[in-house]
Amino acid sequence: MTRARVLRGRYVDSVVLMRLARELASLDGVDDAAAMMGTDANKALLADGGFLDGPVEAGPNDLVVAVKGASGEALGRVEELLEAPAAAVGARTLAQAAALRPSANVAVISVPGAYAAAEARTALELGLHVFLFSSNVPLEQELELKQLAAARGLLCMGPDCGTALIAGKGLGFANAVRRGPVGVVGASGTGIQAVTALLDRFGAGVSHAIGCGSRDLSEAVAGATAFAGLEALAADAATSAIAVVSKPPAPAVAARIRAWAATAPKPVVLGFIGDRASPPTLAALARAAAGAAGAAVPDQEPPEELPHFDLAPSQRFLRGLYAGGTLAYEAQLVLREAGIPCSSNAPLRGERRLASVARSEGHTILDLGAEELTLGRPHPMIDARLRCARLLQEAEDPQVAVVLLDVVLGYGAARDPAGDLAGAIGEARALAARDGRELAVLAHVLGTERDPQGLRRQERTLRRAGAVLLTTSSAMVEAAISLATREPAAALVGSAR
Amino acid sequence: MSGQVEDLLARGPDAVNVGVRDFAEALEAQEVPVVQVEWEPPPELDDDVAALLEELT
Repeated sequence: MTRARVLRGRYVDSVVLMRLARELASLDGVDDAAAMMGTDANKALLADGGFLDGPVEAGPNDLVVAVKGASGEALGRVEELLEAPAAAVGARTLAQAAALRPSANVAVISVPGAYAAAEARTALELGLHVFLFSSNVPLEQELELKQLAAARGLLCMGPDCGTALIAGKGLGFANAVRRGPVGVVGASGTGIQAVTALLDRFGAGVSHAIGCGSRDLSEAVAGATAFAGLEALAADAATSAIAVVSKPPAPAVAARIRAWAATAPKPVVLGFIGDRASPPTLAALARAAAGAAGAAVPDQEPPEELPHFDLAPSQRFLRGLYAGGTLAYEAQLVLREAGIPCSSNAPLRGERRLASVARSEGHTILDLGAEELTLGRPHPMIDARLRCARLLQEAEDPQVAVVLLDVVLGYGAARDPAGDLAGAIGEARALAARDGRELAVLAHVLGTERDPQGLRRQERTLRRAGAVLLTTSSAMVEAAISLATREPAAALVGSAR
Repeated sequence: MSGQVEDLLARGPDAVNVGVRDFAEALEAQEVPVVQVEWEPPPELDDDVAALLEELT
């Protein structure tokens, strides 16, 4: 039995949606529950998930709650469950907040894209720097915001900015990274997280990491925030080398950044990942940046010894189930470098797009944080349910040899991401075993020991669940290729670690 | 580098959080001062009321 309820004009953010669904699902008489904002995409997802018996009248600003199970009482408790926990709340508006705290210097904004620019504009007018996490902000609004920020001498990090580290403090999704001499400018959230976490691991550390948003290095935006960040790091006494991390920018923007770097007062390592002139992987970029800052970089680790997996001849494919967009992108680059074609819901230029995100084909790299999968519901870095379900689906496919999982730690991420995946990893391996196969599960944990979740603790949880741990994201892909192709890892992509 | 950017990098973040509450909690966990704004989407107005409000503000 399924029942649904619509709460009109009731906006709740993705984190609350996840809590609500979890709490409803834990009630007696409820088998499963879902809570989403009523966008068309989400209504389709609810229908696909068997949560809706028929059409439901709801719009993007309406909350749709649905349960499966014998009891319909749960739906009557939604309001009670939505009651916000007692919190250190200050204000109803940005202006009130700024008045309450005159020393404030930055606004962290994560409201839905349609409303985000108005909030960001208010923040800039109040003299606050902006960290704009929201995506789906129209391009012309981004241009206006960045012009306003430049005119006022302020930084506008974003829209669609996932991560920043300012003086050792993380904004958005960020890791607890030791302070050190490398300054980072980045157009990608998980790219910044990966590079800064590795700089921590290499013992170098980070002065500041300035996010500029996914569209900043496009021709239209022309690196407005990237250049402001580069100038700031060039003048910053705590920074002795600068790393840039992004996908290859628009050619004209890349040329301007190269010209700027050539005359910069400090070494600049350009990590346009996927560009021939840049380090080939995030790990190689972090290594080069640490070296440029004069840090003693530990020697490249030898390829990990993989345990033997008893793979059947039919098991020929790898399936990457990624939470981090840049890591999914990097995985495709490593595959391309090894001459292995793959499909993806977020394919590299010239590669194959999956016919349906619901079904993998051959070697497949999925970005489960892609917009089409996260509209009005929580990101896989917060909520593992989508990834757990997909892991079981892949385990049932007799052609799958190996599954890759990235596990992102840090502020903003789930409290125990490894624990959230552990059950599904064990179940997936058991499912394959019942069918006479062994399934290899590889995992890479992006994080630091000082992250709230603890790097080693998370790695231990995954190992116990039956996963094999790799120290960098690119090493994980190389190991997966080695398993799927039965070729020794060392023979594959020696340089791409 | 502008004075405001220099101030941000020297002093570190002192934040106002608008939206997802977990970001405020993450800042608090890092001992960053933060004020949470209880944000809600503006009500949907019909065009006449919106125009009137626009004139008034």
